[in-house]
Amino acid sequence: MKSIRILMAKAGLDGHDRGIKVVSRALRDAGFEVIYTGLHQTPEMIVESAVQEDVNLVGISVLSGAHMTIFNKVLNLLREKGRDDIVIFGGGIIPLEDMEKLKNIGVEKLFGPGTPTSEIIEWTQKKFNIEPNS
Amino acid sequence: MTHSKPVKNEKEMDDIKKEKKKWEETIKSKPKPRKGVAFETISGIPLDMLYTPCDIENLNYLKDLGFPGEYPFTRSVRHNLYRGRLWTMRQFAGFGTAKDTNKRYKFLLEHGETGLSVAFDFPTLYGRDSDDPFSEGEVGKCGVAISSLKDMEILFDGIPLDRVSTSMTINGPAPMLWAFYIAAAENQGVSREKLIGTIQNDILKEYIAQKSWLFPPEPSMRLIVDTFEFGSKSVPKWNTISISGYHIREAGSTALQELAFTLKDGLTYVEEGIKRGLDVDSFAPRLSLFFDSHSDFFEEIAKFRAARRIWAREMKETFGAKDKHSWLLRFHTQTAGVSLTAKQPENNIVRVALQALAAILGGTQSLHTNSMDETWALPTEKAALIALRTQQIIAYESGVPNVIDPLGGSYFIESLTNKLEEGTYEYFDKIDKLGGMIKAIEVNFPQRELTEASFRFQKSMEKKERIAVGVNEFVKEGEELEIPILMIDKSVEEEQQKKLESLRKERDNERVERALEQIRKTCDGNENIMPALIEAAHSYATLGEISQAMKDVFGEYEETPIF
Repeated sequence: MKSIRILMAKAGLDGHDRGIKVVSRALRDAGFEVIYTGLHQTPEMIVESAVQEDVNLVGISVLSGAHMTIFNKVLNLLREKGRDDIVIFGGGIIPLEDMEKLKNIGVEKLFGPGTPTSEIIEWTQKKFNIEPNS
Repeated sequence: MTHSKPVKNEKEMDDIKKEKKKWEETIKSKPKPRKGVAFETISGIPLDMLYTPCDIENLNYLKDLGFPGEYPFTRSVRHNLYRGRLWTMRQFAGFGTAKDTNKRYKFLLEHGETGLSVAFDFPTLYGRDSDDPFSEGEVGKCGVAISSLKDMEILFDGIPLDRVSTSMTINGPAPMLWAFYIAAAENQGVSREKLIGTIQNDILKEYIAQKSWLFPPEPSMRLIVDTFEFGSKSVPKWNTISISGYHIREAGSTALQELAFTLKDGLTYVEEGIKRGLDVDSFAPRLSLFFDSHSDFFEEIAKFRAARRIWAREMKETFGAKDKHSWLLRFHTQTAGVSLTAKQPENNIVRVALQALAAILGGTQSLHTNSMDETWALPTEKAALIALRTQQIIAYESGVPNVIDPLGGSYFIESLTNKLEEGTYEYFDKIDKLGGMIKAIEVNFPQRELTEASFRFQKSMEKKERIAVGVNEFVKEGEELEIPILMIDKSVEEEQQKKLESLRKERDNERVERALEQIRKTCDGNENIMPALIEAAHSYATLGEISQAMKDVFGEYEETPIF
């Protein structure tokens, strides 16, 4: 079975990394290969890492309010590189109306504050047709 | 009426122990404890069902508790606490441009807040101007954009700086923003000795938790001690540091870890000041602290009390401080942002009220109460007002401030205070064995502790050992968001960029260049950084230009990410 590789990224200047660390660890414990970029990633850095690491999925966390700028750039860059097969999801502090806008430009899923990690794991497993571990 | 004898004699203790055993037997035939509930504090301290005098058998009132305003200050750092003066109602605020935030400050002051607290946007927190390429999309989004003295002047326009106290949440670039504030005051005609306020300026907890650093540890510590020195000489009413646990807690630590790491950070700063050759009593009285007030009501109260006692002891016994003011742990508190929910956000008003109450029962000197909408965005005016009213209701309607440390003497509270103190010293030992706090941070010790704690907490939520109302229990299916949300317009960024363009044209650029050169020289040498920074502020050098000049000499910090 092909192993699913996930890049987890903190984008922009935002330094809040509690959520992304918890989610990264939960995904790793669920059997995915997880690479955590650390803080202060630009959209260019995220896309380069995603392509280099040949990941299937990129999770971006933004609590700073810069989500529209960041997700937009990431999606455009992936498209330019012909890699819009890479699935983008995210989380953070994002108003509902922006969540809608982001979904419309290609962010597959956004998990808001309070989402249980089990929900994120299930979604990921479904997305890549993986049977949940017994 | 006869009073019962003081419960200090052995026979009485034995009798109580006997009766307690009988009662425990009776319990066995009663309903089992509620399933799946963790009967322990967030720090993992097991909770008995009941506490009796036996749990604090060895408590000595005068030695362990004492009187308010007297060593060891367990009950309060102030002699008459809130009977004399209520805590400062200091609401953290900032968004958009300096003009937008100036308006919010006036609103809050008008409605009864008694101290100002500045929230800066991420570019400012990282020492970057609003038109820096890294600032794109970030300007004014989670705090106010301050790129130069000009912005600082607008921020306090119509607010006389000799009549307010201002706390600024700024760390990496703390000396720079302090210089802007001092310069803005001078331009208002207010001299330095009159200024009252705080800069957070606590780099150790940045490395551990908040992550808004600029320079590596050594130059950062040098700058912090520079501020201690400058403050004690020229700005004597200013708290040159707010040694913080809030961020450590929000990043996932337990109450015990928050307490231990914060105090250890603080004691490390004291060591650094002494290494510089400063007399501890020359700067210690202006050290202040900043704690979280989280959901476990009694644990938080015990935490504040333990903090005061430990700090007093360390300052007096370990550092030999002679001035009583050096022994005082004065602190600001913020209710726990991380405990707020995006679901059913009005419930957050209740959470904040309980957390605020804990802080007040814990004797905080100043308090910020969160707004209900902060899991979605920065606070609307209405939400900010409710948060302020929460404090005022406790202050004026509950009666709580009328008695100092009303929970003092509670068998439970004193027992918990003792346990938190013991746990703190265990952590002190561990950190000492690693070579001190700076070394401990280098090897990721506190970072790992809080990361583990946050993962454990998440697991306990998902197993429903801990409940978040509206999130993992009492959920409202198909819930719609029914409260208005504050949106920051992109025009803020454009406006800031235009202003910076004009500023760079209108100012004396030769003066700016000289000022930046002087900063580089000072960074490279031994002189106190503040005079050079204040001159740069007056020249209208931008924050980004100043930060870059300092980075040229100090370099930049980079962390090794773990998860």
